[in-house]
Parts: sequence; C-alpha cells; structure tokens
Amino acid sequence: MSDAVFIAFQANDETRSIVEAIGADNPQASIVHYPAMVKIDAPGRLVVRRESIENLIGRAFDLRELQVNLISLSGNIDESDDEFVLHWNQS
Amino acid sequence: MNMPAAPAKPPRKLGIKENYALLTRGLGWETSYEPMDKVFPQDRFEGIKIHDWDKWEDPFRLTMDAYWKYQGEKERKLYAIIDAFQQNNGQFNVSDARYVNTLKLFLTGVSPLEYAAHRGFAMAGRNFRGTSARIACQMQSIDELRHAQTQAHTISHYNKFFNGLHDYPHMHDRVWYLSVPKSYFEDAMTAGPFEFVTAISFSFEYVLTNLLFMPFMSGAAFNGDMATVTFGFSAQSDESRHMTLGLEVVKFILEQDPDNIPIVQRWLDKWFWRGYRLLTLVAMMMDYMLPKRVMSWAEAWEMYFEKNGGALFHDLSRYGIRMPKYHEVASKEKDRLSHEAWGTFYNYTQAAAFHTWIPADSEMQWLSQKYPKTFDRLYRPRLEFWREQQAQGKRFYNNTLPMLCQTCQVPMFFTEPDDPTKICYRESDYRDNKFHFCSDGCKDIFDHEPEKYVQAWLPVHQIYQGNCFLPDANPAAPDFDPLAEVLRYYHMQVGHDGHEYLDSPDRRNWEQWTGKPGVAA
Ligand SMILES: [Fe+2]
Ligand SMILES: [Fe+2]
Repeated sequence: MSDAVFIAFQANDETRSIVEAIGADNPQASIVHYPAMVKIDAPGRLVVRRESIENLIGRAFDLRELQVNLISLSGNIDESDDEFVLHWNQS
Repeated sequence: MNMPAAPAKPPRKLGIKENYALLTRGLGWETSYEPMDKVFPQDRFEGIKIHDWDKWEDPFRLTMDAYWKYQGEKERKLYAIIDAFQQNNGQFNVSDARYVNTLKLFLTGVSPLEYAAHRGFAMAGRNFRGTSARIACQMQSIDELRHAQTQAHTISHYNKFFNGLHDYPHMHDRVWYLSVPKSYFEDAMTAGPFEFVTAISFSFEYVLTNLLFMPFMSGAAFNGDMATVTFGFSAQSDESRHMTLGLEVVKFILEQDPDNIPIVQRWLDKWFWRGYRLLTLVAMMMDYMLPKRVMSWAEAWEMYFEKNGGALFHDLSRYGIRMPKYHEVASKEKDRLSHEAWGTFYNYTQAAAFHTWIPADSEMQWLSQKYPKTFDRLYRPRLEFWREQQAQGKRFYNNTLPMLCQTCQVPMFFTEPDDPTKICYRESDYRDNKFHFCSDGCKDIFDHEPEKYVQAWLPVHQIYQGNCFLPDANPAAPDFDPLAEVLRYYHMQVGHDGHEYLDSPDRRNWEQWTGKPGVAA
C-alpha cells in the first residue's frame, strides 16, 4: 500500500464545499471530522480541483484561498491555477 | 498622477507561475560594487554547496499581493472571534480552571518562540543569496511576528482572570523549565542559515509541529476555548506554507550536491532529537493538563510521527536520507514520557508559573486505558501515594534543585530506553570538566559541538552561582530564603502562580465566579 498524504481544514461554512469537492474528486480518500477540524487522508495522491469547487460554490475560486482555512498537510505539493496536488514520490 | 489616460484594453492577467517567476527572478541581481561573497558572507561556511539557486521553488508560489490579501482576511476573522469571546466571557466556558494552565505553559514557553522565529527568519532571509529563498524567509518572518502578536492578544484576556500570565517575556528568559524552549531556538538561531532552516522549517515545522498544534488546538476546542482554537488554527494556516517550505528546502539542498547529504543527515538527527525533547512539555499537557482529553501522547506520536513521519522519510530515502537517529528510542519512551514529566512538575510546581495536581479517579482510569503497559504498574501507585500525603496535609514539594541535561536542559528524569525504572545518565569529559546528559541523543549532540554547548546557560547552575537574585537580595542575611529570592527574580508571586491547584486562588475564584466545580466531573 502506498504512503498516505493528508490535508486538514478548519471546519466551517467555507470549507464544507471544498471538502465535498475533494471527496468527489478523490473517491479513495477518507474524510474524518474532529472538533473544529476536518482531516482528509488519501493513499499516495490527493487532488484539489478549482473547477469542482467553483461548481459547488457558484463563484470564481482562486486555489490560494485554500490557505485561509488550511490547518495542515503532508506530501509534496504541485500547484497550478487549476489544481492543487499532494503526492509522495515513492509508493 | 501617473495613471494612463485611456487604457485601450486591460493587460492580460498573469498566471500564478509567471507572476511568481517575475517576483522571485525578476527582482534579484548580481551585485557589482561588492562581490556576492562579501554581500552574503554566511551561506558558505557550513559546507553546503549550492550550484543553482534558481532551482529553489516555493510550491505555493505566493506573490505579495495575494499574501497581504489572505493574511488580512485571516486577521479579520481572528479578531472578530476574539471580540465575541471577550464580550461573552468565554473564559468561563472552559471545562474547568485547570485548563488555563495549558495556556500558561503555551504563553510562557511557545509564544516567545514565535517571536524568536520572526527574528530567525529575518536573519536567514538576509543571509541567503537566492531570491526565492529570501522571499520565502521574509514572508515567514512576518507570519511569525503575527503569531506572537495574536497569541499575546488572545491570551491577554485570560490574564485578567487567572494567575501566572502576567510577565511571560521576562519569565521566558529566566525560568528553569522555560530554558528548554528558549535554548532550543537559540541553538538554531546561532547556527548558520542552512542549519537554521533545516532545524526550524523542516525538523520542527514539517516533522514535529503537528504534534504541537493539532493536539493543542483540538484540545482547546474540546475544552471550550474557542479563542485559542482560532489563534491556533490561524497560525496553523501559515504553518502549512512553512512546512511545505521546510520540505522544499531539504530537497533543494540534497539535490544540489551529494556532499550535502551527510551534513543534512546530521542536522536531521540533531534537530529531531532536540525537537522531540522539547515536546516532552506537550506530552504532559495532553495526558495530564487538559481536563477533557482528545487523544493520548502515545496515540499522537503514532499518528503524526510514526505514520506521517514514516511516509516522509520513505519519500526522502531516494536521496540517501534515513530516519533520524534514535527515533526508536522516542517510540520506546512514548508510554512513559508524559508520566515522568508530570511527576517532576508535581515536585517542583512551587517554582513554576502554572499549577499541578493529582488526576481525578476518572482521569486515572483514562490513563490506565491509554497506557495499559505502564500506568497501573509504574505511575498510578506514585500518584496515589502523593494524593494520600496531600490528604494528610503533607503536599510534597521538592526543595532541592534537579540536575539538568547540558544539551536539552530538561531535568534528568528520563529513564533508560529499555528500563523504565532506572534514570538514564550519560556523561562526557571535555576540558577537565564533566558534562551530563539525559540520553544518548543529547550526548551525541554535545560531543559533536562541545564548544557550543559548554556555554549553555543552565538555570540550576546559574542559581547556585548566585546569578538569579535581584540586586537588593542579601545571601549573607541570616534569614535568607534562596527559593523565595529566585521566585522574586522570576517575577512569580508565591501562593498565586504555581503550587498545588486545589489550594490556588485560581480554583477559589473559578468556583466563586462560575458556581462550577474546580475539577469538572
Ligand atoms: Fe509560528
Ligand atoms: Fe537532554
């Protein structure tokens, strides 16, 4: 099994749709709710897609807005205008 | 005004990659009046070889406009919550007044490190010749100043109602257990810029910071402290960027030259152990100080170090990097760390700015559940004995000073990796003196740089040398009370800050003001 990457957000109205979008784009991810925090683990790779979030929130979204509610993450990051990817190079 | 009269059409919007490239490449230059080596005199002596600074990438590619925009948004959210918290007397909604002791430890031990990080990154940023490295350090330096400020602002509200929070910068620079975090950070700051970022950005922020902030903030949420949750998460949102920087820094250094690998590995070994020893205070906070517990130290260690850290070092193995030395000792200690630390602070709480206590029965039950291998056998009997003594009016306070480890400055209470009933002592001889260590990890660090660590300001030595009294103290006076004088020098008020929680004004005030029990059921 490949090593897990994770990303964690503050649990609030803004992140509800973000988490929903991540869940839909990463069927292998597991989403766990903690007090005030939601943590998403995925084996090997996790992708956050700008379009999926925009479709849910009904407005333009800049992926850098993720930082406002971000708590923690692990994995190598690859960010473009459209995608924010977490991955490990060895699996 | 130099606004264009009639812009024909708006300029094409740049993508974040182009935007970031312009910021980090376009703004740098080769100096010509002075040679680059003179302008950046500190980025060579550590032996790290950099051939191409342009390979340094900040994966978040944050540009200044976006930085100020999102940071401003974070501040507005945070201060709105702090206002609401204060207006609603949120401090009385926490589980019980024991909880506030975690804030005392945080404010005196951790917040000054945020300020130290602000200084450290400002210095590191000045000393790197690569532009993107300088910009990343500059942003982090500003972030860290924000953390120090927001923490002081948030916790200052508690200072109106609880003891021990009134003079944290003064205490940080003097008090015995606070020399543990202080010396940790000063060790990093007095190293070269590459060691500093490896120590702080990678070993601390990437590998260990989740163990500080995640349990601390979930703990605050669980115990009803929304103000602390908010400053914590607000700081953590910057932390994700810092962690990422930490990983990029290490990969960048490793990719630049094979000669860098052994140097980096040595730093990873050293700073893993330094950071892990520092986290002893967090272990104790999680298992003993939170009235409502989220997870045990052992569980947090498994989740955030053994699992996440394992994945990280697996990823780095392609560079020839292995797990930090003595990580297996840390795993062996996970079932005893918090218990050994709490026992020691229970002994010395009369000289601390926070209270200690014996856990309630239900809490002992939780501890034996979480620590089936050790708690009932090794630690419960001692706690129950102390509780008995206390019931007879003989609350135990230890009035001798403990021996400190020359490297981590923690009192020597850790036990042998394979025998939790025997205190671990290690020593080295250097220039006709004997130096003492809590572990092989701390001894190795000393042995590699003895010249640095012989200069350590060890609080216990300083007290015995007479350096921790106010100028008007008279050690020759017949009624001279050394402990009372040291506490006066610390700005601690006897009977208010520190001592047993059950006997404290904090507990009395809490019961009077809230009508709730001082120890939540
Ligand atoms: Fe910070
Ligand atoms: Fe030590």
